[in-house]
Amino acid sequence: MIGRFRRSRRTSDEDQQAAMTDAAGTPLVPAIAHADRFTFQDLVAEATSDIGSRPARLVMTILGTVLGIASLVATIGFAQTAAAQIASQFDGAAATRVVVTAAKAQSGSQNQSVAAGRLPWDSPERVTSLAGVESATLLGEVELTEGETITAVPVNDPSAAAVASPRLFSASPDLLDTAEGGLVTGRFFDAGHDSRADRVAVLGERAAERMGINRVDSQPSVFIGGVAYAVIGIVDGMERRSELQDAVIIPTGAARADFGLLAPSELDIRIVVGAGPQVADQAVLALQPDDPESLEAKAPSGSSDLSQSVQSDVNVVFLILGVIALLAGGLGIANVTLLSVMERIGEIGLRRALGATRRQIGAQFMVESIVIGFIGGLIGSALGVFAVIAVAVVQGWTPVTDPLIALAGAVLGAVVGWGSGWYPARRAARVEPVAALRGG
Amino acid sequence: MTDAQTSILPAASETDADVPLVELRDVTRSFPGPPEVQALKGATLTVAPGDYISIVGPSGSGKSTMLNILGLLDRPSVGEYRLSGSLTGDLSDDERAAVRARFIGFVFQSFHLLPRRTVLDNVLLPMLYSGVPRREREERAREALTRVGLGHRIDFFPNSLSGGERQRVAVARAVVSGPRLLLADEPTGNLDQRTSGEVMSLFEELNEDGLTLIVITHDDGVARRARRCIRISDGRLSEL
Repeated sequence: MIGRFRRSRRTSDEDQQAAMTDAAGTPLVPAIAHADRFTFQDLVAEATSDIGSRPARLVMTILGTVLGIASLVATIGFAQTAAAQIASQFDGAAATRVVVTAAKAQSGSQNQSVAAGRLPWDSPERVTSLAGVESATLLGEVELTEGETITAVPVNDPSAAAVASPRLFSASPDLLDTAEGGLVTGRFFDAGHDSRADRVAVLGERAAERMGINRVDSQPSVFIGGVAYAVIGIVDGMERRSELQDAVIIPTGAARADFGLLAPSELDIRIVVGAGPQVADQAVLALQPDDPESLEAKAPSGSSDLSQSVQSDVNVVFLILGVIALLAGGLGIANVTLLSVMERIGEIGLRRALGATRRQIGAQFMVESIVIGFIGGLIGSALGVFAVIAVAVVQGWTPVTDPLIALAGAVLGAVVGWGSGWYPARRAARVEPVAALRGG
Repeated sequence: MTDAQTSILPAASETDADVPLVELRDVTRSFPGPPEVQALKGATLTVAPGDYISIVGPSGSGKSTMLNILGLLDRPSVGEYRLSGSLTGDLSDDERAAVRARFIGFVFQSFHLLPRRTVLDNVLLPMLYSGVPRREREERAREALTRVGLGHRIDFFPNSLSGGERQRVAVARAVVSGPRLLLADEPTGNLDQRTSGEVMSLFEELNEDGLTLIVITHDDGVARRARRCIRISDGRLSEL
């Protein structure tokens, strides 16, 4: 234990031990208790105590880093926000919908496309038990024969101007639920109406307006090809099937009985978000187990593909600009730290004379540079996030940013400081105390 | 391991009077040219513990080189330097830093105080590197400042002090870690007559307490106050 220098790597050498004790055998430099050595906290305290003493210079030093980090954080934030925005619009419109239709096939001789298969009449019951299906409705468009019209009055007035009839659809009773529509007045027909083929009709809001029907308590009728149907309700909404707004909707049973509807044209299925591909695969099997290829299911494309493609091509340019700004910021820190080393050469000499090692001097400037970079990164991150929020507010979007991005921005600033401080710290560590203390 | 360094200045009795504190033997320091300059030529000097020595000489005579070698800031090109009987030639850079921190105090002509630190912080600075127990540091800094007559100035910044006060802060900083040897390089070079006197009186008090002093100066008045006076001329020493 006698004569140990701290940090000595040669204590086993007898000569060295002799060199480190004086003639009386007392150590020239007694060992220092661990707690009293130059610790990391000391280092950080020494390195940071002068950072704020020149605010103007600090601002100029960190400006490049701030801009670089801000543009990186903002670019990534914009991409995330835009992707989330697109995804939310996409989800709202179509991501919850699967439509099954009969597949089209070329019929050989006449070169016409005909339906290759047909949807069974009990399609809704067959698919509602599938996982991910919320509700399903069978829809069919009824083509009226030439000369038949839909009117609100029983007499066909030959002198009246020809008015296009509203379209006629058949539907199963779940339509409102599936198409997310609402009732303006009255009610929708139910399974009983359907199975009894009751002559009841529900009008789309625009069709009702055109035919001058706005209330159902007086039991108005519409005449479809001369057959009277009691209007029991008026519906609106149904953004998923806007064509129904201008249509007369009757139960499937009535359409088959009165108009000889041969097959439903499509099955509209409302699903939970994300179940699209799976429901599409299963629905055709549930509907036509013996010939699933005869049906065609259209499912929403996966929203993740979409947002990824948006994210990847949004603003590669901005990312590059951010990296360039960051490099410039790093050079700025390097320059100012180097200048600071030159200015404080007297201080370096003094610290060396007071017993600081080269390593401690280098570490001091290194930590100073890292802290400056970190401050720049922190401010840059905050500005970047703020920019994303500001743009989102102006556009009426929901700002979306991964909180890790902001944190990563600050850390990246520290990394830039570390890279920039390396050379100045090396220069500081190499300062010769003799030269540094001369004059000064 | 932590028993040493409990008083600001070690008592003279702690050291063996027979062993010189400083022993230079045929020390030459040459700076590679061109032209090659020999700042010291075969300098031999022995300083006993508790001694007070002045080194005088015109500028360019090798005074500063001498002080740098004595303070382990520079290495002799030829010759050996023993500090308290130990050879210093084989010490690594870090070991020399440790010896400087614990064993040697420096006072400079231009004070070298950190301008953006208070007087107290300036005096605390060397104890970061010398490993004085943490809980003692502030008390020792206050004691040292009181001792140099600046107990009322601890929260001031150096720029608001007079030259004499600044140098007294520097002296407090030099002795706060309890060195055995105090090296002063033109300590009165930037001071007027009266404040020079104050600083020199302080040095004498410290010497009376047992601190070994080596003062470099070109002021004969300052030099004469030391017990021994060495003249250096063209790199050669001669005792006056």
